Amino acid sequence: MVSDADHPPLRGGATIGWSRIVLPIVTLALGVVAWDVVVRVNDIPPFILPGPGLVAATVVSDWPVLWDSLLVTLATTFYGLALALAGGVGLAILFNQSRLIEHSLYPYAVILQVTPVVAVAPLLLIYLPQQAAVLACAWIVAFFPILANTTLGLNSVDRNLVDMFEIYGASRIKVLLRLKLPAALPYMLGGLKIAGGLSLVGAVVAEIAAGSAGAGSGLAYRIAESAYRLNIARMFAALILLSITGVAIFFALSLVSYLLLRRWHESVLPGER
Amino acid sequence: MTEIASEHNAVHQTTATAPVVTLHGVAKRFANGTLALDQLDLAIRHGEFVSLLGPSGCGKSTALRLIAGLGEPTRGSISWSGTKSKEHRRNKPEVGFVFQEPTLMPWATVFRNVMLPLELEGVEHRLATKRATEALERVGLASFRGSYPRELSGGMKMRVSIARALVTDPPLLLMDEPFAALDEITRFKLNNDLLELWREVGHTVIFVTHSVFESVYLSNRIIVMTPRPGRVFTELTVDAPYPRDESFRTSSEYARHCRIASQALSRAMATAS
Repeated sequence: MVSDADHPPLRGGATIGWSRIVLPIVTLALGVVAWDVVVRVNDIPPFILPGPGLVAATVVSDWPVLWDSLLVTLATTFYGLALALAGGVGLAILFNQSRLIEHSLYPYAVILQVTPVVAVAPLLLIYLPQQAAVLACAWIVAFFPILANTTLGLNSVDRNLVDMFEIYGASRIKVLLRLKLPAALPYMLGGLKIAGGLSLVGAVVAEIAAGSAGAGSGLAYRIAESAYRLNIARMFAALILLSITGVAIFFALSLVSYLLLRRWHESVLPGER
Repeated sequence: MTEIASEHNAVHQTTATAPVVTLHGVAKRFANGTLALDQLDLAIRHGEFVSLLGPSGCGKSTALRLIAGLGEPTRGSISWSGTKSKEHRRNKPEVGFVFQEPTLMPWATVFRNVMLPLELEGVEHRLATKRATEALERVGLASFRGSYPRELSGGMKMRVSIARALVTDPPLLLMDEPFAALDEITRFKLNNDLLELWREVGHTVIFVTHSVFESVYLSNRIIVMTPRPGRVFTELTVDAPYPRDESFRTSSEYARHCRIASQALSRAMATAS
């Protein structure tokens, strides 16, 4: 059975999407200019709407405070996400292995997801130490997309591959490790990308709730604190840092996804024309 | 040339070689009530190339899956003999199974895909590497060991699938319409390659197909099945000598066998309606 008759299809190169990089930057620049013009023409006082120049100056001048706060929020987001990943994947595996456990617990996972975290945060702050409460909020909102997506992935395994593993007498644990988890990986990474942003949302919500109780030092707390002091420029500075953090998390997780899937999954392979 | 094709309804024959697997009155009813197989008697002898020929829905794939140990017959029994046995798997010898789809793990390289059966059976790594390399050489894909399935053409993926089925050196190779999804040129080529492999390795092959031409070209025996419920309608012997090649495909002898098989098939379908 020797052959050279069939060749693999040629791989097409990716087209460079310059417009995807340049156009958002142009839009941003136009927005900043418009913002500046509106502030100058209408002579709006900085305690109502500071101009972009003042906000930039505040980022620089308040950097030590903002940086420390950013680290606190980042740490919360990261730990929340890590716990969500462990919890989401762990529960998904448990549900996949046992129908009984799935039927007993899944409704409560849904309830946890659909109850607004803003409403839960004050309660958690009463019963848990502040740090733990903030972390719990980040976890609650982040874990469900990972759970739901991983469950979907574990149940989407090629039936023929399952049969093949059975033919060779593979144990449950081997089917899980060698077949189900790799097959679920793209789904899980999709869930993780959503969860990254949500974890930040959870952390911010909890910090705001905690901040009004008089404690905390994360970026969201800085926003609440600055609002009380009418330091609108610092509110904007902290807000911008939060946005950048969210974008950075998204890109970091996209990169992880790309690195793990680039050899085999359609979602990250260049299209061929 | 005496008897070109003998047609008879007796399934149990006394021949020199002992059956590898025998199906006695096998019936299979699915949970939804469909009776896929009824009163199926079948004896596959050592070294044979047998085709199960029938229209879709005649239960030929179901029969193959039962032989592979995927599911239990509702009635009747399947017995094994003449091959090395594994007690913990009800005396079923090792089988190689080739699905209609290549059924490769997209996240693993060609080599890792071929290695899988050996890894699942706990074969020592160095020996497994050697055998997987040999299996890939046999199907002419040694230089593609590091490629991922999506980088291969349909025919090449099917070769990988065949290499994987042969890597454990199973005495019985089960093939479920393996070339049905391929273009005709590739199918003819793989037919030739498969016959060459069969002559080299000397395993027993059960080949499910709905193509009269393919079944005549490949097999020494064709079992024609009736649909709903699936049972043996008749069996035909194709006594043309091997090696068979393109000259056989264009011979009048081949055409005669095809005509007989076609007639048997249409009569089998007529009994169903």
